[in-house]
Amino acid sequence: MNPQPEILSEKEVGLGWHPKRVLLILLIFSIVMMFAAFTSGYIVRRDEGNWREFDLPASLLINSILIALSSASMQWAYFSARKDELGRLKTGLVVTLVLGLAFLAGQYVSFGDLVAGNTYFGGADANPSGSFVYVLMGVHAFHLVTGLVFLAVVLRRALNYQVHSRAMLSIGNATLYWHFLGGLWLYLYLFLLLNH
Amino acid sequence: MSDMTPKPNLSPSVEAQGGRGSAPVPATEHDDHLLHDDHHHEHHDQHWLWKYVFSQDHKQIAKQFLITGIFWAILGGTLSSLFRLQLGWPEGTMEWLKPILGGWVSEAGKLDPEFYLALVTMHGTIMVFFVLTAGLSGTFSNFLIPLQVGARDMASGFMNMLSYWFFFLSSVVMFSSLFIETGPAAAGWTIYPPLSALPQAIPGSGTGMTMWLVSMALFIVSQLLGGVNYVTTVINLRTRGMSMSKLPLTIWAFFLTAILGILSFPVLFSAALLLIFDRSFGTSFFLSDIYIAGQALSNQGGSPVLFQHLFWFLGHPEVYIVIMPAMGMVSEVLATNARKPIFGYRAMIGSLIGISLLSFVVWAHHMFVTGMNPFLGSVFMFLTLIIAVPSGVKVFNWLATLWRGNIRFTAAMLFAIGFVSLFISGGLTGIILGNATLDIQMHNTYFVVAHFHLVMGSSAFFGLFAGVYHWFPKMFGRMMDEKLGYIHFWLTFAGVYLVFMPMHYVGIAGFPRRYYAWTGFDAFSQFADMNKFISIAAIIAFLGQFIFIFNFFYSIFRGRRATQNPWNSTTLEWTAPIEPGHGNWPGEIPAVYRWPYDYSKPGSEVDFIPQNVPYSQTHSSNLPYERDMAE
Repeated sequence: MNPQPEILSEKEVGLGWHPKRVLLILLIFSIVMMFAAFTSGYIVRRDEGNWREFDLPASLLINSILIALSSASMQWAYFSARKDELGRLKTGLVVTLVLGLAFLAGQYVSFGDLVAGNTYFGGADANPSGSFVYVLMGVHAFHLVTGLVFLAVVLRRALNYQVHSRAMLSIGNATLYWHFLGGLWLYLYLFLLLNH
Repeated sequence: MSDMTPKPNLSPSVEAQGGRGSAPVPATEHDDHLLHDDHHHEHHDQHWLWKYVFSQDHKQIAKQFLITGIFWAILGGTLSSLFRLQLGWPEGTMEWLKPILGGWVSEAGKLDPEFYLALVTMHGTIMVFFVLTAGLSGTFSNFLIPLQVGARDMASGFMNMLSYWFFFLSSVVMFSSLFIETGPAAAGWTIYPPLSALPQAIPGSGTGMTMWLVSMALFIVSQLLGGVNYVTTVINLRTRGMSMSKLPLTIWAFFLTAILGILSFPVLFSAALLLIFDRSFGTSFFLSDIYIAGQALSNQGGSPVLFQHLFWFLGHPEVYIVIMPAMGMVSEVLATNARKPIFGYRAMIGSLIGISLLSFVVWAHHMFVTGMNPFLGSVFMFLTLIIAVPSGVKVFNWLATLWRGNIRFTAAMLFAIGFVSLFISGGLTGIILGNATLDIQMHNTYFVVAHFHLVMGSSAFFGLFAGVYHWFPKMFGRMMDEKLGYIHFWLTFAGVYLVFMPMHYVGIAGFPRRYYAWTGFDAFSQFADMNKFISIAAIIAFLGQFIFIFNFFYSIFRGRRATQNPWNSTTLEWTAPIEPGHGNWPGEIPAVYRWPYDYSKPGSEVDFIPQNVPYSQTHSSNLPYERDMAE
């Protein structure tokens, strides 16, 4: 508990962002570094040989479309909040949540497709190539779950009329994080398409 | 608390209490988290559990980090004494340690070889991560960032508290691993696979290794929560006038250290995650073509060198995470006690930035012996040697700061000078080891051990000691004893050189590291006396640290009471009350007008002008361009 609150207007100007926005951006950087490690590890490992080629399930394309749509609905919710159209804001958030859950379900289906295509995570028949796909998808899915929790919190605030044109911080952060997660997936999908 | 009488002509008027808290705040979401505690301002009857244990106050969290760090340092030092006993007296009996070590001492009174490996592993892990990362930057980033930039607290007190408690959890897991039957992790602090990836390989790669990985995962979470907070606080919560070019060098160092942590620890997390999958879920990221006890493993296609790349991508920035906070604090202590502005303030910032950038592109110099392409090796060698440039700039500036200074030999100052000495001695051998051709010769000898213990281990410890002696009055409102501080310094300073100088010679002569027993090799028996000497010096230096520990805890309760600004320092933390309450300044936060190194300014009546003194109050010492700012 902070007994004497900071008053930001009496501070030296930083980057012009709220501290919570800066915290989020820094956390995003750390997630970027994690995936940079995975994907560069993938390339280094592939170039050393003993690397089994695998087929990417077609279902990943559908998942990618789902997450791209969810980014669009999130942006729509953000714009609605800025225009104080609270009904559309709530609709946008719910749609984004549903699309996010659909994406997760789709990733689960794709895991099944991978197994059906003899690409395994572990065990005697596994090769690092396939294991990497599971790790990339799994760690991304974990972060997507945190994004869904964040969305749910913002939705609750929206239902309590705490998100509107003069209170854009939480939805702004949620939008930024959600776009990041979507962009991260599209990067991973493209990466796997080009390098599988 | 009551002794808050500012020097009349030096401090701007401090407004009546509560001037800030009651300021009208627009009730938007931007501010509601800041506003919502407004009502319970004066919280004197806070429950002790919230005040001392689950505190969100950065000063309290800093003390928690420091005391946990001291605990770990004692343990890490004890472990090193144990393996120094083994190395110094390989034929001696350890029977007398049986009551403590139990089964780790064999019937014949010999230290178990597996346990020796565990000792070295845990010594490295504890010292690098738990003491010199969490204990050093956890303590001083937490303590000094809000106080020196002029903020009430960290950007997120809650995340800051979580940062400590994740560290605490990680400590509990690591500490418990010392007591399990198969012993703690024993694959070296660098946990190279395949040794660390195969639970059946040695006792120390079983449960102990699993606990090591879990503990480190928690540790990384703690570092990230702390690091993002430090950076945000520096970016967003500087007080009026505190531009980036007026920040004390401590803050610059903590700021860049935190950025290194944010960018490099996630990579270690990735590596640890893949290793966990290899160990427990049957993947083969790092495993291929392995026979164990005559059985072929099914793992195919992995590459242990990939792990080394991932590990050292953290591992090298990590040594700067360890040394940069010490550099920042030493700069501050040297300038204050030499009563001179730091020499080359901007060059100091530039060299910190240079070191930070370079730290990300030199990791493979730890891997010259992995059979890498010689061309790649020469690229990394070139980049590594460039680090000598910013390091040289820093050393030159420290020496130039001391040059013709009016030096006050406080205990903190001695440790700061000791830091510079150790950094030079250790840094010179870094130039040798940065050369691939020389490194391949020296890599598995004690030369490497001596190098990094001087330049990173001991120097960072000296920075830590300098920081504790210097900021102890701000932390606890009392002074540490100077006489004991001198004894502590000379024992430690002489001890460190007596331990690590001979190690260089032993290393050049080819004495191998990581060996439990060297008595089987005729070539090394000539080093028996040298090893004994190193061991004696190491144990005496370690025992000397208890002087510090006594001094520290005794002074918390019985030390001489501190004045508000005992070192006549210019930075903002000394304008706060002797023991700042929650919120740091009772009234308004002071605004900043000048850089933090106005010591012995020509024309000034006093030999220091704090940062919060406007130029309009110092007409006699203003420089021409400052005269305009005074109007």
